[in-house]
Amino acid sequence: MMHTSTNTGTNRGTSPRAGARTSRGYRAKRLILELLMILLALVFLVPFYFLLVNSVKSFGDILTNSAGWPHAFLWNNYAQAWKITAFPKVFGNSLLIAVISNVLLALISSMAAYRMVRRDTVFNRLLFAGFVAAMVIPFQSIMIPLVKVVSTLGLMDTRTGLIICYLGFGAPLSVFLFHGFVKSVPREIEEAGRVDGCSTYGIFFRIVLPLMQPIIVTVIILNALWIWNDYLMPSLILQSPSRQTIPIATYAFFGQFTKQWDLALPALVLGITPIVIFFLAMQKYIIEGIAQGSVKG
Amino acid sequence: MNSKKSSQLLQQLIFVGPSALCFLVIVVVPFLLGLYYSFTDWNGVSRHAGWVGFRNYIHIFTEDPAFLNSFWFTVKFTVLGVILTNVLGFILAYVLTRSLLTRNALRTVFFVPHVIGGLLLGFIWQFIFVKGFSSVGAATGLSFFKLPWLGTEATAFWAVVIVFVWQNAGYLMVIYISSLNNVPKSLIEAAQIDGASRGQVLRKITVPLVMPAVTVCLFLAISWSFKLFDLNLSLTKGGPFKSTESVALNIYNEAFNISRFGMGSAKAIIFFIVVALISILQVRATKRKEVEV
Repeated sequence: MMHTSTNTGTNRGTSPRAGARTSRGYRAKRLILELLMILLALVFLVPFYFLLVNSVKSFGDILTNSAGWPHAFLWNNYAQAWKITAFPKVFGNSLLIAVISNVLLALISSMAAYRMVRRDTVFNRLLFAGFVAAMVIPFQSIMIPLVKVVSTLGLMDTRTGLIICYLGFGAPLSVFLFHGFVKSVPREIEEAGRVDGCSTYGIFFRIVLPLMQPIIVTVIILNALWIWNDYLMPSLILQSPSRQTIPIATYAFFGQFTKQWDLALPALVLGITPIVIFFLAMQKYIIEGIAQGSVKG
Repeated sequence: MNSKKSSQLLQQLIFVGPSALCFLVIVVVPFLLGLYYSFTDWNGVSRHAGWVGFRNYIHIFTEDPAFLNSFWFTVKFTVLGVILTNVLGFILAYVLTRSLLTRNALRTVFFVPHVIGGLLLGFIWQFIFVKGFSSVGAATGLSFFKLPWLGTEATAFWAVVIVFVWQNAGYLMVIYISSLNNVPKSLIEAAQIDGASRGQVLRKITVPLVMPAVTVCLFLAISWSFKLFDLNLSLTKGGPFKSTESVALNIYNEAFNISRFGMGSAKAIIFFIVVALISILQVRATKRKEVEV
């Protein structure tokens, strides 16, 4: 259960069973299965087809011919959506918030988890129990007073305030994942470092943190997907248009241009592009990270 | 000795302090405040919150059919959503752990909907249901596509289920794949030599050995579907006639649209209790079925 080889990228095309049974009937069966799966995959992709082809049609074209190929490609739809949503600004906000929250969250939770494993005090044990218990708290259960707390702290409508919220609400799961991992790091490695004259901080940053790399990847990926796509928390804390993230800007845009699909669809394409590119580029790590995280969780 | 003690304290502060403080301010304090507000008539703006005892809770159970309906919707949705995402996720994983040529590309395709947030997906599917389906219906004549998908209560319910399954089956597939790859090949081969059919191997060996993954996947799917919010907000906004309003959306509307923060807090506490109970019961129930290799 501990060491999950996810086996995603490499293929096992020559598994012993496939090699042993290459009778014609078996191959035909497998071909049919393969075609069925490809068909199902195409069904899964149909929404993206509708989204993309209609995003470059004129409004009239969308209404009369939403399934077909565009009569003319209106790339200007994208230019307009780009301008109205202030896409570069909004994208920058999303990126800034996601990157800073992620780095800080990984840092403070790995430090906390390390300390809690190595110093098994009553306080640390209680705190860890608190983190574990808090993992079941739905965000909707704390959002109403949270708004009040954030405004009392004078952090309403600030990106700092939002980032602190992500640190607090994200800490339980991240600490939990790191905690499980640190337990498997042998103490002997640290003893060696101590003999060589490393301070506790040196041991953590130079020895333990590098060993934690696989779980750091998992934590960052899980948190990145969550924070990047989150709508509710930023919608409660950020109000100024200049601070909006992609999901809030998209929601505001839909409120303003209801049923104006020739603007809404290109805005949606713009909105999903960064995360889809990120996924395709980092696919190997994302898939492995998720499989790892679920085994530990 | 004293300086060692103080350096220990400093280390504790530096290592555990930041996350403990954020956790305290962002989760613990709001949670306790929420518990307090749930016994008041606070409206979110005024400085004064009047104590009303259990009146909010009594009101919710006796005079708020919309909330009870949203609970009923959420329960129905959770049951269907959890079963369908897990069944589809497992089937996809089972097929895609065989040696198919396009295996890796197929895994990517099935997973990709999950990386897009529920809010944007809801808007995309709104277009598909309103415009896309009707044009497919006109072209093919199939009545399935001619239904007013987001217009009637029954079809809007299924619309949310369809999008939810489309979004999340691929994620569960990834977990099932990694679990299926861990089933020892020698066990399966031994069973085959003993004459077990493919179905018998699946039922008697594979399924019991992937039970830990089933625990995780059920847990995730229950948690996603019970806390349904983003997708709900952008796809149907709870309509038509509040028939597809999830509990999370109901709480949100109570607090931020009609400014009854006290009442909203009481609902939030009820929501928390139910979520916590389900999580505990479910993990206990499936843990018992797990088998050690």
